[in-house]
Amino acid sequence: MAKKLSQEECFAKLNEAIEVHKGSQGALMPILHEAQHLFGAVPLDVQKVISKALSIPLAEIYGVVTFYSQFTLEPNGEFLIGVCMGTACYVKGSGPILDRISRELNLPVKTTSQDGKFTLIDTRCIGACGLAPVITINDDVYGRLTEAEIPSILAKYINA
Amino acid sequence: MVKVTINNTVVEVPESYTVLEAAREAGFDIPTLCYMKEINEVGACRVCLVEVEGARSLQASCVLPVRDGMVIKTNTKRVRETVKTTVELILANHDRECTQCVRSGNCELQTIAEDLGVTGLKYQGAKRVKKYDDFSHSIVRDTSKCILCGKCVNVCKKTQDVGILGFQNRGFNTTVGPAFDRPMTETDCLFCGQCINVCPVGALMEKSDIHRVFDAIEDPDTYVVVQTAPAVRAALGEEFGYEIGTRATGKMAAALRRLGFNNVFDTNWAADLTIMEEGTELLGRIQNGGVLPMITSCSPGWIRYCEFNHPDFIPNLSSCKSPHQMFGAIAKTYYAEKKGLDPKKMFVVSVMPCTSKKTEAARPEMEVEGLRDVDAVITTRELARMIKQAGINYNKLPDEGFDNIMGEYSGAGVIFGATGGVMEAAIRTVADVLTGQDLENIEYAAVRGVEYIKEATVTIGDLDVKVAVVHGTENAGRLLEMVRNGEKDYHFIEVMGCPGGCVNGGGQPQQPQKVRDVIDLRVARAKALYEEDQILEIRKSHKNEEIKKLYEEFLGKPNSHKAHDLLHTHYTSREK
Repeated sequence: MAKKLSQEECFAKLNEAIEVHKGSQGALMPILHEAQHLFGAVPLDVQKVISKALSIPLAEIYGVVTFYSQFTLEPNGEFLIGVCMGTACYVKGSGPILDRISRELNLPVKTTSQDGKFTLIDTRCIGACGLAPVITINDDVYGRLTEAEIPSILAKYINA
Repeated sequence: MVKVTINNTVVEVPESYTVLEAAREAGFDIPTLCYMKEINEVGACRVCLVEVEGARSLQASCVLPVRDGMVIKTNTKRVRETVKTTVELILANHDRECTQCVRSGNCELQTIAEDLGVTGLKYQGAKRVKKYDDFSHSIVRDTSKCILCGKCVNVCKKTQDVGILGFQNRGFNTTVGPAFDRPMTETDCLFCGQCINVCPVGALMEKSDIHRVFDAIEDPDTYVVVQTAPAVRAALGEEFGYEIGTRATGKMAAALRRLGFNNVFDTNWAADLTIMEEGTELLGRIQNGGVLPMITSCSPGWIRYCEFNHPDFIPNLSSCKSPHQMFGAIAKTYYAEKKGLDPKKMFVVSVMPCTSKKTEAARPEMEVEGLRDVDAVITTRELARMIKQAGINYNKLPDEGFDNIMGEYSGAGVIFGATGGVMEAAIRTVADVLTGQDLENIEYAAVRGVEYIKEATVTIGDLDVKVAVVHGTENAGRLLEMVRNGEKDYHFIEVMGCPGGCVNGGGQPQQPQKVRDVIDLRVARAKALYEEDQILEIRKSHKNEEIKKLYEEFLGKPNSHKAHDLLHTHYTSREK
């Protein structure tokens, strides 16, 4: 979807979103969501456009982007793997699960693989405590996991 | 008015007051770290907590409005211990290398810890993220000292309309800095240093040039001349325990001589020179249909603000270099020639109330025949440090004067350091030139004071000269917008980048917030300059004998070809 648009088209769509929200209170958040959706991230050149259009200092926009985990500075991989580190998941062993994924993919936490396939992050509570420990891969949710199940789950995506 | 009981003392205060303000009125000193009236009222640091009768938890007094009948306690065991714990927690992750910190002895966190009796630390743990940026000529940033009070963020954004500093990341990894952690040199920072002035700790400081100056003095082959900006004398005394607003002129000159400078000169002299050049430029623009309004160019913070944010006004900027740059250019030509000095072996030092002057002095265009106009700029604070390092007993210094032939100055030159001062100085000269008289009524009250914009129409002969004065770049931006859309129309505008002008510049002594809350530094320090103006016999720039001689012997007349080569400059539109 979004990734098929050219940079120019993305910026045109971003400007449309800016026009829609400009002037209303709290315009920054919906525009940043749109930017994240369009570009897969909110990098410097995108932040500069928003800063200029809304007359909000770049530092403030950067602050918002780095505060909320929904926004990223670089595009995520094709598959975003989130390992929940909320209290319930943590006590149920999400730490070793995170380590195992990191080992299996040879990918440090909070980084994206060189082929752009995977991004691995640790997340705060995602609200699925009943399934603890839980991980998400894009929109798929895997709950009540054991470390041993990890390789077979990853295999589906590695070969996808 | 409402009645509030604070520690059994009843005070009557306006409804608009906060509990903090009411407590101060009642004589109780509540500590604060993040509070700054109107600029940073965020209740973030939690050291101003008080007990409010009827409330379950302690409340941050800086953001708590008073209510009639409120009963407050600021001095209970619960308050004391909670605040002490808060400070201990701040200290736990703070880079506590106090003896190596430029703010030691003048740090608001250190003072509060001392006042609260913090002697040992219950908590040990991870330290704050350290990001260190000393790439610029003016400002150094060290996040390991930062306590996240947010004062710099909001001064930069609200007072200066720049906003290059912001909070980034979250939780324990939060830091304050420019977007993408870029060095300040890659931002539209003005280098005005207002952030340094409000920083309660050592997270922001000037880039020190002390060593370069000491080295130059030490070198027998280097001829080192020093000049002092008008505003320095209005504040230097504060560093040695003198009351705010004490004039330090005589002791300052004496101290500089004892530091070993070959000549002790005064930027006020160059301020008079600036008026000759700038006044002539203004008259020329008015008489020949040049670009108006003409806008002053003495303040390098303002210049950067204009270049980045309002480049359409660049043609309006006076082409005059700022006074200390003019001084440097003349020192290495006229003075060198007269004294038989090799300009290549001269080293010009400027003592400035300003951090942006360091960056200005490094601008590529600020040179004459391959020689820098000014070789080093130190702030008022750095001069105080040099005096201390050299073991000079400031209090015992006699009052001394400045050296000839770049040391004489008029009252007009002195008031350059306060908002409205450049305007008043210019009018004094322009009025005389236009009327051909020696006008006696020379105090222009309409352009004095700290109102955000001051306007006046000065009738000189048959010409009505419309002028405006603003200070603080946020105000400047607002005024420019009004000029741009035709709401306002002037001949001449004075802009000083810092609120109150140079007396409140980013290189001036740092007063703790609790002093700044009760004493308006802009007013108290400006008073010292207006006093000096009054006691001087010569109060108009064009009456300065040394300046007259400079034109006779060297420059010809104001705005001459030679004057243009040495004393004028140009500006660049810059992209944010």
